[in-house]
Amino acid sequence: MANSRKTVKTALKLGILGLLSIAFVLPFVWMLSTSFKHESRIFPPPGQPPQWIPTTDVRDDQGRTLVKFDGKSAVDLGAEETGRHHLLLDGKQVEAWDHEIEPLQQVGLHWENYSKAFEMMDFWQNLRNTLFICFCTVLGTLVSSSVVAYSFARIPWRGRDAVFVLVLATMMLPYQVTLIPLFALYSKLGWVGSFKPLIVPYWLGVPFYIFLLRQFFKTVPEDLSAAARIDGCSEFGIYARIILPLAKPALATTALFMFLFQWGDFLNPLIYLQDDRQYTLAIALQQFQSQHVSAWGPLMAMSTVITLPIIVLFFFTQRTFIQGITMSGLKG
Amino acid sequence: MMTRMEKRNLAMGLLFASPWVLGFLVFTLYPLIMSIYYSFTSFNVVQPAVWVGLDNYRELFFKDPVFWTALYNTLYFTLFSVPLCLASGLGIAMLLNQKLPGQSVFRTLFFLPSIVPIVASAVLWLWVLNPESGLVNSLLMQWFGIQGPGWIASPEWSKPSLILMSVWGIGGAMVIFLAGLADVPPTLYEVAELDGAGAWAKFRHVTLPMLTPTILFNLVMGLISSFQYFTQVYVMTGGKGTPVDTTMFYALYLYRNSFYYLRMGYASAMAWMLFMVILAATVGVLVSSRKWVFYHGE
Repeated sequence: MANSRKTVKTALKLGILGLLSIAFVLPFVWMLSTSFKHESRIFPPPGQPPQWIPTTDVRDDQGRTLVKFDGKSAVDLGAEETGRHHLLLDGKQVEAWDHEIEPLQQVGLHWENYSKAFEMMDFWQNLRNTLFICFCTVLGTLVSSSVVAYSFARIPWRGRDAVFVLVLATMMLPYQVTLIPLFALYSKLGWVGSFKPLIVPYWLGVPFYIFLLRQFFKTVPEDLSAAARIDGCSEFGIYARIILPLAKPALATTALFMFLFQWGDFLNPLIYLQDDRQYTLAIALQQFQSQHVSAWGPLMAMSTVITLPIIVLFFFTQRTFIQGITMSGLKG
Repeated sequence: MMTRMEKRNLAMGLLFASPWVLGFLVFTLYPLIMSIYYSFTSFNVVQPAVWVGLDNYRELFFKDPVFWTALYNTLYFTLFSVPLCLASGLGIAMLLNQKLPGQSVFRTLFFLPSIVPIVASAVLWLWVLNPESGLVNSLLMQWFGIQGPGWIASPEWSKPSLILMSVWGIGGAMVIFLAGLADVPPTLYEVAELDGAGAWAKFRHVTLPMLTPTILFNLVMGLISSFQYFTQVYVMTGGKGTPVDTTMFYALYLYRNSFYYLRMGYASAMAWMLFMVILAATVGVLVSSRKWVFYHGE
């Protein structure tokens, strides 16, 4: 009795989770489905249910489309400008109006949304720009933040803890406060319209990752450093040859989060990139959207292309991911 | 006097910290000071700033109704979105925490939306909420025969649409809640059961108090990011905050003043007001947390 009640409870919870997770995933399915649909299927006639599985026209061996007319299938021989179609029905030629016929459909994918989006967006250039920025900022963050974190975690210098509080405090500062003076500074330096404002700051330590790496560095036993020091290892040697190799998981988390952030970052490229040859994928998608407001096929194709690499990356790095978030949340 | 060792440590420490020190001086401290200065000037980047005293602040408070609209919209969004996201993040985390089959698959599904680039998810939601052929209105029609609203295009529904959308991105908070739940010692539940506690009593008197530090963390993070809400609404309204300013959020209005109207002095004053609001909200929550956050085992 108690057992069957437990089974019912479990089934109920699984049902709730199932329904909720479907609701969370449905927008993705809708995105993917739309990206493979022909324009005529993206906007179904009013009252028609949404189409989930993309379809294509059915054609005969001569490439002519098949249509449904009067409950039977016929070959569409072509239409006049008036909308009058010539059909081949059971070997006889008949005529029908546009609204009297319906093209036969079969399950199939329309790839042209993707080719259209690639052409209209200068996709490969945008991808190159995005990857270039990702690479430079990830590398910069790894190098600079780990060096600084080493100072806060492993060297007991006077005033260190007070300065570290300052590092944490800068994380609380809303970006809007420094936005305008930074823009003024970069335009004085002639950096506006280049990648420099998007990259250089990341080579000077990023507070969140300094914090993350410091927490990790602190867990390495002090004895290791002491032993290396006795062997005549320099401070930099300890950092490079002892601490860094042990901190691979934290470095991986840093690289992953930074890559993800840069891949989707919007505000900074929006402000600092001016020539469309420099656009990142995120900016290019937004620009494309603002110029082709209802080109939902290509828009969903582009959204899929930007989203898919992130989802694939997530599946390969799930553990690093979840650990990273937990680390940043709980020790904070 | 410092010993030789202390001097060496100080030199080494500063040497290793020097990238951050340089970055702090150039990219944080200098802009911070300049931002205060600019907020008292009329400034458009091209020409030198002209001192105008308190004019920017006076205009903000007494002459600019859009400023108040933007503040209202942002507070409205925060007031609904943050508690809703906390509650649903906690609810899903609790369901996931029960050792059910397929747990890790479910966790992945709930987490995925939060890592999608915001521009892509904003474009996707524009389509999902499209009044004529979008997914939501199509399903409403098919299942219930209801003609759905205009969502983001309608003045009444634009903010609720964005609030609804924000729930889609609760993955991060959910994962942090899950970690918090894993830290609750199982013995507490056993003791509660011995005392005859039911499911609700266990939630109310064990889970909730033990999770208060995690709730506080998610609450503060949620508040801070909600006050700076920008990208979604920029993409979904083409940077305009339409219809009739119902989605003119604070950060968007600040951006428009900076880069559309080139009123950078005015925008700097806005930035400082935002900073004050965020600071007040954060300090308020932290002070109140002494009454409701329960720290155990430290």
